[in-house]
Amino acid sequence: MYGLEMAKGLLVTLTNLARKPFTTSYPEQRVKQHPRFRGEEFTWYEERCTGCASCAKYCPLGIIKIVTSPSETAPLQGDKYRLEVFDIELQRCMFCGLCVEACPYDALFMGSGFEEGQYKRTDLVITIDRLRQADKHPSTWFRPQLEGMDYRPGVSRPLGWREVGREGWRWHQHEKAGMRLTGSNTTRDSGDEA
Amino acid sequence: MTIRTEPMTVNVGPQHPSTHGVFRVRITFDGEDIVEVEPVLGYLHRGSEKLAEERNYVQVVTLTDRLDYTSSMINNQAYCLAVEQLLGIEPPPRGKYLRTLTAELQRIASHLIAVGFFVQELGAFGTPLMYTFRSRERILDLFEMLCGARITVSYMRPGGVFSDTPPDFWPALDQFLEDFEGELEEIENLLLNNEILMVRTRGVSPLPADVAINCSVSGPVLRASGVNWDWRKMAPYDAYDQVDFDVPIGSNGDNYDRFWVRMQEVRQSLRIVRQCIAQIEPGPVRLELPLVLRAEPGAEAYGRVEASKGELGFFLVSDGGVSPYRCKIRSPSLINLTITEHLLLGWKLADMIVSLGSVDINMGEVDR
Repeated sequence: MYGLEMAKGLLVTLTNLARKPFTTSYPEQRVKQHPRFRGEEFTWYEERCTGCASCAKYCPLGIIKIVTSPSETAPLQGDKYRLEVFDIELQRCMFCGLCVEACPYDALFMGSGFEEGQYKRTDLVITIDRLRQADKHPSTWFRPQLEGMDYRPGVSRPLGWREVGREGWRWHQHEKAGMRLTGSNTTRDSGDEA
Repeated sequence: MTIRTEPMTVNVGPQHPSTHGVFRVRITFDGEDIVEVEPVLGYLHRGSEKLAEERNYVQVVTLTDRLDYTSSMINNQAYCLAVEQLLGIEPPPRGKYLRTLTAELQRIASHLIAVGFFVQELGAFGTPLMYTFRSRERILDLFEMLCGARITVSYMRPGGVFSDTPPDFWPALDQFLEDFEGELEEIENLLLNNEILMVRTRGVSPLPADVAINCSVSGPVLRASGVNWDWRKMAPYDAYDQVDFDVPIGSNGDNYDRFWVRMQEVRQSLRIVRQCIAQIEPGPVRLELPLVLRAEPGAEAYGRVEASKGELGFFLVSDGGVSPYRCKIRSPSLINLTITEHLLLGWKLADMIVSLGSVDINMGEVDR
């Protein structure tokens, strides 16, 4: 009785000895990351952003700070407001992605990284300059149009602002400029991609 | 000659590795027997209920992830059901099925943790946990594919789920179900008829059905005592009225029964997942709702689900504003802790941690 149990136990040990390990030793090996992963560096397209601050209002923690000023550029070019501050306090962010969900112009995307480490808390704040200069590897979270392109944030090339929108650029230009003109040229035509 | 003894008070926790978080219990021993039990709560209090009153209805979803962090999907579901009752809306069928499917996957993951830690507390350090975590990891991987996070999922929204599944989700789910069948069999072979486990847990800390009912206990702990009570059967929500499953019932509510009920529930959850896959049809997953929701002033709603630990309910009161006027959370772990005295009094030191482990509490939910 007891010996039989012992033999059964050793059999389990032996079968596992022959198996491949199912763990990965992290820094050397990496598990496959899925395109919807909500990562730490946000991807932001200034050309698409109107400074409406929907993301800042919808953030449950209120960690996005946006300051805008009226711009002199013609509204038709889509620059009615100039963005001065776009701070994301990463140290308090919980990566729920609601800011991305709230953005009506597809200007803000989640990133794909998870290894941010800094010595000072202030260095964890993502400033507007960092957002501008960063490589654009948007996560496909809440962006079905990227999923349709089969985009992989870690693998594929960076995406430009003309490629990531839900709508045609023409529609977006009018929306962003606040020019809701009547007529057929303002309909949401997605075939108008530049 | 008699040896003079005196009772000794021992503090277990809040940093004890076997108390499932920051649970502290002050126990008075007479020799090895437990004579007094006093649970001390509140070490993980974050004020979720108050925080919910300052956020709008969708933002609160992110708070519910952090209540019971081993079953975030089910927490999301309970909250969303409450908001849907409050607003009088109903999600589209595909959204309902996706919710049911992910909630059952989460139940499997949560029960795997409960079983793994239960066996670990019997002294099998690490090894059984590896078996259960191997399968749980696959489920969390599916969640990452689905909603970009493994633990803090925020997958569901009032009126459905946030987005449809990515195309590679369904093949991955099928692959998981195929592999998990063998993995579960392996775990069952190792544990269900394990002689040491039986000797250590059979007949230890039994909970009679009347005591369980009087203490408002719910979930696997109640069912292990022989009470047939499951909200998925009693008041079906989402797609549970469309699927067929059994409710495993224990006999005398000892530690082994509580463990056994969880193992059987994993099998039943697998059945539900399979039926969901067979029945789900293409369609919208979410109602078209404004970003900021508003309910009628004075409206009240109580949404409840059968969470992995018991009945989880959200009671919401609206004053017409954008956020709930009051959000009361009925968390199963807190209520299940009320039986601590019944379980521990009169039993030995060696059974204490095992009995606490068999209740499967989660401190994120107890203290909120």
